[in-house]
Parts: sequence; structure tokens; C-alpha cells
Amino acid sequence: MTLEILSYGFMQRAIISGIAIAILCSVVGLFLVLRRYSLFGDAIAHSSFGGIALGLMVGIYPLWTAYAVSLGSALVITRIRNRFKISGDASVAVLLSAGIAIGLVLISVSGGFTIDIFSFLFGSILLVSTNDTILILGLTGIILVVILLLYRQLVYSTFNEEQAKVSGIPTEKLNYLIIFLAGITVVTSIQLVGILLISALFVIPNVTAIMYGRGFKQTALLSIGFAVFSVVAGILASYVFDITPSGTIVLVSIAIFAITMSMKSLNIIK
Amino acid sequence: MKLVEINDLTVQYPGVKALDKLSFSINEGDFLGIIGPNGAGKSTLFSCMLGILTNYQGTIKFFGKDIKQSRNYLKQIGYVPQKPVFEKNFPATVKDVIRMAWTNPSDDSIIDQVLQQVWMHELGNRRIGELSGGQQQRVFIAKALVNKPKILILDEPVAGVDVQSSEIFYSILRELNKKEKITIIWSSHDMDAVNKLVNKVACLNRTLFFHGASNEFFENEDLVKQYSEASMQQHMHFHETH
Repeated sequence: MTLEILSYGFMQRAIISGIAIAILCSVVGLFLVLRRYSLFGDAIAHSSFGGIALGLMVGIYPLWTAYAVSLGSALVITRIRNRFKISGDASVAVLLSAGIAIGLVLISVSGGFTIDIFSFLFGSILLVSTNDTILILGLTGIILVVILLLYRQLVYSTFNEEQAKVSGIPTEKLNYLIIFLAGITVVTSIQLVGILLISALFVIPNVTAIMYGRGFKQTALLSIGFAVFSVVAGILASYVFDITPSGTIVLVSIAIFAITMSMKSLNIIK
Repeated sequence: MKLVEINDLTVQYPGVKALDKLSFSINEGDFLGIIGPNGAGKSTLFSCMLGILTNYQGTIKFFGKDIKQSRNYLKQIGYVPQKPVFEKNFPATVKDVIRMAWTNPSDDSIIDQVLQQVWMHELGNRRIGELSGGQQQRVFIAKALVNKPKILILDEPVAGVDVQSSEIFYSILRELNKKEKITIIWSSHDMDAVNKLVNKVACLNRTLFFHGASNEFFENEDLVKQYSEASMQQHMHFHETH
């Protein structure tokens, strides 16, 4: 049965793209979670809604406008937050509601909700094209290389920003870089689980891995493992049981989280 | 040889002068204790010295060069903050934390070496959040030592740490100064420890009202009394308002 599923081209593209996105989200998400930016991914995703609506309205491929709007708004909100000392959760709330509000207004102007809008809201991994797969693989490769090159500086500034700054690390630039990478990751991942569930991929595998992991690399590898397993199992289960892939992927990752919490409370893991 | 020269250092916050025309120097091999009541400007002084605060008047030179010209001097400085803030569940072992600061990774044995120096070699694979406050501070000294700094700056490193851990901490500092010849700049409220450890004292209360040999300070009863009263008043005020 499994082998038969894997012989379909759309399933191969879904699994390859899904694995790449799972790796990307868990790696970028680990930095966001540890910097207490867990909901920032959610906020960027919601702001991308405005970008998608804009793209659909003016006839440009919606993901391109989503990249532009999400990255622009993420960088602007980070600058406003630094400048006016607005707390992290408040700035997330502003970004999140602004994105949804702009999207709703643009959609109502251009004639209401369509099937395209729903596929961005809830994900459509089984509809990923070959070009999308190549784009996802390319962006995943580039982002992972950037993170590997700046690994020590990123980990240090995440651990303690002040000390990293004293050690000569350009922490402010790294903050913008993380936000930038998160923006690209979120929009790239929208096709997998959709705008509404994207933060689950950033947060859940990482909070699960943190409960097991001792060192940073070990935690990152565990998180990648949980994310990849959730995505592959979620896609296959959704096909077998004819249910939505995005929700199934997130439910699998929540199941791993729940099992881990139970093991932790029973002292099976320390 | 003068490693640090501070001239007419003045820091003006809105409505208050945090530091007022501070001038002193620190020689190679010195163990300088900076004492002063809460709000005396010790942390502000360190922020200026470490390049965190740049909006000051006067000059600060490290190794003969104005620190506003280049931040390269930071490579030769190890810094241990008062209480390092980090996420308690941060997934990093003791060795991971030390590696973060390591600018020239080549020989992994340096990690074990610095852990040995702070008597923490058996805990290298423990998660940093699982350690006590005193043990964490020793890890942060090890982290500060990994790039073989010439100067160690410590901002009230044992605040909130139990007496036994503080004593271990002080022994480590003594060894680093005597055996490793590291110049140490250390701010503290613990007058007994300052008296036992340092060779130079700088007494600060927004301006410098003493800088010189430690025995000169501790033999001057008027000065010690004046400082102790000021410190005690601050201490009482702190407890009344918290």
C-alpha cells in the first residue's frame, strides 16, 4: 500500500517538499522558540495573508507578493519594536491583525473568497508542483547554509544577547537575519500546512525536542526527526484515511508532544 | 605597564549624572576591586568599558588604544556579568556554553582545560540550567577564559550565591590572578573578600573618591567607615523598598 502511494508523482513531490519544509521549520523554529518569538512565525504567516490577497487581486503569483509583504512587515515591526520598546507579544498581535485585516479588505474588494484563498489558509501539499518543489529545496538549502555558517554566533546571541554583544557579535544584525529567515521559511511552508497552522511546525517539534535534548545540536537533530516523522506520517495517513494533510501533520506532532510529556511526568525521560 | 586608562569619564542620564569625571588606570597583573553602594555607577562603568554604552564623555583606552576607534580589544577581555540571563530550559551543556564564546576552535582540549581551571571538569556534559547559581557562575568564568584573555571583568559575580560557592569562586579568582597572571577587574559588595583578594581598590560613588593600594584603603579607618555607612544605608533602603 505504502509503496503504491509513493509511486504517484504528486505524492513524491509532497513528501520531498514536506521533508525539506520540516527540516527548515524545525531549525529556524528552534531559534525562534528559544528567543521567545514562538508566535512570531504565526504573525508573519498571518501578514502573508495580506500579500496573498494582493497577489490574487493584481494577478501576480500570490507567493511572490506574500514573500514581499511578509518580509517587509516583519522587518518593519521588528524596527518599531526596537525603537518604541513595544513588548514581543504586543508587536506580534499588531502584525497578525494587520495582515488579516489587509487581506480581508483586499479579498472583499476583489470579489470574495475563492478556492485559491482556502488552499493558502489550510495548505495544499498534495498540489505542490515540480517548480514549487525545486523552489522549496533551493530555499531550504540556502537557509541551512546561512545558519551553518553563522551557527556559533546565532546560538550565542540566542543564549545571551548581551554577552554575545560584548564578545563582538553583531547581535542586532543577527536579530534581523533571524526574522528575515523566519519570514522566508513561513511563506515557503504555507503550502504544507497553510497559514492557520504554520506556527505548529515551528513550535511543537522544538518544545518536544527540548524536553529530551541535552546539547543544542542534539536538540536540533531530535527536532528535525520529530518534524520529518510528523510530516511524512501525516501525509501518508491523510491519503490513506482521506483526511486533510495539514491537520493530520499537526496532530501527529501533537501526539509526539503528548507522549513526551507523559514520559517526562512518569520520569521515563529526565 | 598600563592596560587600561580612563580619563574624565562622564556619563549623563536624563536628570542624573551616573559617572562624573572618573580618571584612573589599571596595570598589568592588577587585581582591582571596585566597590561602591548600589547606584554608584559600577555597572555603568563596566558598560562603558565593554562598549555596550558608547554615549559618554572622556576617553577609555585598552592596551593603549581608544576603544571608540576599534572593538578588537574585546577579543582580549573575558566578561562575567552579575547574573547571566538565559532561558532556563536552554538546550546547552556546559561544554556547549563554553564553545559559544570560542572564537578560534582548533584544539578541543582547551574546553577541558578551562573547566579544570574552574573546578568543573566533571560537569562538562550537564545541562547548564541544571546547575546551581554558583556552578553556573564558574561556567561563565570558564567561558570568559576560553579565548585566553589578558583581562577578566566581573560585575558582582557572586550576588545571590551561597557562602560556600562564593569561597570556591574567590579561590579560583586568586589562582587566575597569581598563576595565570590575568588582570582582574571585579566589582563587589563583599568588603572582607575584597580585603583578602585584591591589591588595588577603586571606591566609587558616581565619582571616584579613592583609588590606590588595597592596604592604604583598608588601613584608613575613616574611608572604610565612610564607605561602609554609605553601603549600609543603600542596603537598608534596598530591603525597605523590596
